[in-house]
Amino acid sequence: MSESSRVAGGLVDRTKPLSFTFNAQQLTGYAGDTLASALIANGRRLVARSFKYHRPRGIFTAGSEEPNALVQLRRGAYQEPNTRATVTELFDGLEVTSQNHRGSLDFDLMAANDFIAPFLSAGFYYKTFMWPKAFWEKVYEPIIRASAGLGRLSGAPDPDSYDKGFLHCDLLIIGAGPAGLSAALAAGQAGTRVILADEDFLLGGRLNAETHEVDGKLGSHWAAETAAELAALDNVRTMPRTTVYGAYDHGIYGALERKTDHLATSGDKPRQVLWRIYAKRAVLCAGATERPIAFGNNDRPGIMLAGAVRAYANRWAAAPGKRVAVFTNNDDGWRSAVDLAARGIEIAAMVDTRDIAPLAGLPGALIAMGARVQDTSGRGGLRSFTLSGGQKISADCLAVSGGWNPNIHLTCHQRGRPVWRDDLAAFVPGADLPVGMRVAGAANGALTLGASLSEGWTAANEALDDLGVAPAGAAKPKADDEPAAISAFWHVKESSARAWLDLQNDVTVKDVKLAHQEGFRAVEHLKRYTTLGMATDQGKTANVAALAIMAECTGKLIPETGTTIFRPPFTPVPIGALAGRARGKDFRPYRLTPSHKWAADQGAVFVETGMWLRAQWFPRDGETHWRQSVDREVSQTRASVGICDVTTLGKIDIQGRDAADFLNKVYCNGFAKLPVGKVRYGLMLREDGIVMDDGTTARLGESHFVMTTTTANAVGVFRHMEFCRQCLWPGMDVHLISATEQWAQFAVAGPNSRQLLQKIVDPDHDISNEAFPFMACSEITVCGGTPARLFRISFSGELAYEIAVPTRYGESLMQALLSVGAEFDAVAYGTEALGVMRVEKGHAAGNELTGQTSARNLGMGRLVSKKKDCIGNVLSERAALNRENGLSLMGFRPVNRSDALSAGAHFIARARNAAMENDEGWMTSVAFSPSLGHSIGLGFIERGHERKGEVVRAVDLVRGKDIEVEIVSAHFVDPEGARLRV
Amino acid sequence: MIINHPLLGPRDAAEFTYLGDATLINRPDWQAEDAAGKFHEYLYLRDNPAGEHRELWFHEQGDRSWLVVTRNTLTHEITKVELARDVALAAGRDK
Repeated sequence: MSESSRVAGGLVDRTKPLSFTFNAQQLTGYAGDTLASALIANGRRLVARSFKYHRPRGIFTAGSEEPNALVQLRRGAYQEPNTRATVTELFDGLEVTSQNHRGSLDFDLMAANDFIAPFLSAGFYYKTFMWPKAFWEKVYEPIIRASAGLGRLSGAPDPDSYDKGFLHCDLLIIGAGPAGLSAALAAGQAGTRVILADEDFLLGGRLNAETHEVDGKLGSHWAAETAAELAALDNVRTMPRTTVYGAYDHGIYGALERKTDHLATSGDKPRQVLWRIYAKRAVLCAGATERPIAFGNNDRPGIMLAGAVRAYANRWAAAPGKRVAVFTNNDDGWRSAVDLAARGIEIAAMVDTRDIAPLAGLPGALIAMGARVQDTSGRGGLRSFTLSGGQKISADCLAVSGGWNPNIHLTCHQRGRPVWRDDLAAFVPGADLPVGMRVAGAANGALTLGASLSEGWTAANEALDDLGVAPAGAAKPKADDEPAAISAFWHVKESSARAWLDLQNDVTVKDVKLAHQEGFRAVEHLKRYTTLGMATDQGKTANVAALAIMAECTGKLIPETGTTIFRPPFTPVPIGALAGRARGKDFRPYRLTPSHKWAADQGAVFVETGMWLRAQWFPRDGETHWRQSVDREVSQTRASVGICDVTTLGKIDIQGRDAADFLNKVYCNGFAKLPVGKVRYGLMLREDGIVMDDGTTARLGESHFVMTTTTANAVGVFRHMEFCRQCLWPGMDVHLISATEQWAQFAVAGPNSRQLLQKIVDPDHDISNEAFPFMACSEITVCGGTPARLFRISFSGELAYEIAVPTRYGESLMQALLSVGAEFDAVAYGTEALGVMRVEKGHAAGNELTGQTSARNLGMGRLVSKKKDCIGNVLSERAALNRENGLSLMGFRPVNRSDALSAGAHFIARARNAAMENDEGWMTSVAFSPSLGHSIGLGFIERGHERKGEVVRAVDLVRGKDIEVEIVSAHFVDPEGARLRV
Repeated sequence: MIINHPLLGPRDAAEFTYLGDATLINRPDWQAEDAAGKFHEYLYLRDNPAGEHRELWFHEQGDRSWLVVTRNTLTHEITKVELARDVALAAGRDK
């Protein structure tokens, strides 16, 4: 098919033809085209269906404000819905499909909605779907779900990659139109670090769409030369295809750079980059967006914004119509007629709402001053329109201009409120700008070229002055100011047919009036009730006219009516870009233990514990169920010796003259008198008296301690202790450092653990029971001089040690322990066996330290010292934490030993119903005990200590279990602790 | 947001974790009369000002300093950043 509507000139590269498909139809365009300009050049008018009424829609704008021309790009997993054709750069092989229709685009079955439009007005879903109640699930919801949304997601994972990056600059210039280029020249030549970002792929903004001159050159030529000049400056980074979408606190801006959207494939490059830009100063040169006038049936394909019509003709050499008319309330609209006529396109009529002298002669065109367009006709695309006087004019394109709205969005991202200017009939930025931001050019209400260039230049020089940089003294670019007078005009009152305000959401003038009638008059209510200004365009072409109509209804002025709050992003940002590389396994970093590689070689199964990957168990040949592996690891440890990597426990090195006193304050039990060479269990409370964490702390010297925390709380405990040190007791001589990564630590547990260790501990260190009793600690050497720390502590309940070596020796030590342990049949055990043994021994862990349990609940009430100041001791005496019928941590065993207990079951007295009011507590941890040969559990139950031997029900309604359990001591194995001390 | 660390200069707020009102420095005396009441007030009762607020931030991804940041809750303007240790010492806290 030929490009029937292509005219001469323009900024497309005719040496680079491109082919693409629209709904499988082969079309052509040129490099430099957008999808929209190529569709127009091919004479394609109907490109989409509207959201609610499925009305035929065409291309309405030439920029990111596009409400209508939303399409799906690419295929398969690369398919991207709801993409604006007006900002899609054409490339060879681009596949485009239309969306939001059933049947073909030309014959959309859902267009039936248009005939029942009276029932689908503003807020219809609040009224329609109220009754009957039974209809909701079966009828309404399926219908709503089927009709909702526009395009379709592929449903497949996004195959592209996305990056994030950080940039710093002295001056960020947002927008590379006349004001932005002028600002960039001023700042760039002065040598300061400048970033110039523009959403378009071609710098120049409206200069590329107009026929104005700058410094005696055609605007687009001046823009190209200036862009080249800036590119040659090392201190200027120009970023085309980059939308600065948000202004955040303290000069931080969010920007989305589209790296490969204009290419057929990304290769292995990131498709888009999300930048966080730190700017000392910023100049917003975001330009202005044209707005339409509402009149009857003003949504047909072929009815477009006047500035867009001439942009297509001037920049892309694509004529939006063969016979074009213009409807305007301002001087700028005339330029479209003049520019198109100059390109040989027939002008049918020039309709101006103002009763003034015509601004230009347009041979052959009807000139109607003080006139209005009342209605239009043409199914599938404009054929003619009627003036308010009744005169019918045939045209296939109607260019509409209701004036220009400065793009003030980023000035309002920190709750700045815009101010109304009657002479522009538009909002301009208020005085309350984000820190460091200035606004220049059309975004600031300077809607003419000369003023724009001048404001950009001045704003940059003011920013340089703030930064203490001397200006370069070059000449300011100059241009004339074109006529831009306007007389506010929002909608044609004589129109009886529906007049659209928000094309994307199908909101009409009548809907706004209805919202007013029904009391939704505040702008935020108006938005929610009618959906005005929602979705991908956020009402960029719609909002101000709707506010004006609401003001008209309420008899208020537009500034009194106000605007809704502008929030980032300025244009849509893909979720993929916000996620960046943080997806799948890379969602967050993960940490590996020193023995990880060794464990992986053994075929270990790993489990995530926080960021750590820990060996959960080590399956052996012939083991088909995890329980077989875990039971073996437990039995072998209890019978001989087992080794477990416990590096993940938090380690905090504590030093200083006041270290002992400091520990005495952060632990609720006494630490001041812990002798050197000893370890003590420590219980840490929060200030509210609830248990925060527990662990052991070893005193290696008079002023040197090493604390361990639970794996889960390592970061939080360290933060808390720094708070105590710096904020509560700043006079203490104590210093903390996290040493979790510095030391590899292994538990060596079981009756043969000492004999095993004696084989690797260097002979000058005596670790006999007499010399190194239970809870001893010492700095030693192993394997012929390797420094190590040995702690005689036990989590398993067996004779046990923990041995630490510098991390780089961790893997070797694991191998050495198992190698010398071969004669004892030493076994490596994982977190599962670790958990089984701690349940057998009755030690509390994460399941019990829930942030809701007190020391008393854990049976450790007596540990909380009343004789000293420590975190949490005052509020641990609260009545609520000391109730007589409070919960106690107890052991539970099934009456029928073959029953398997389940964690989360609630305890109910045997004679009672399984109901909330009879709840007496819950099971926190369960395990199959290989030592006892049956399932065991730990749990909290009211008055537990008085109830040993009582049988209650453990009811788990989720898993459908109701098991009789006996309340027993939490210490199932070796309750006297004899094994620890041999 | 950017926090101007007294030792390290301007740092992104993402490097910090937030605790809350800087009055958490003023931990009551455990032996005071009505210590329980005073601790209750210290721990649970806060002003919620619309405007200037002194609050504790921890430079967790940095030098591990606790800072007292004076921030306007309406504008996020930060007018003062101090080392919490200095603030605590000036308030007479010691051991």
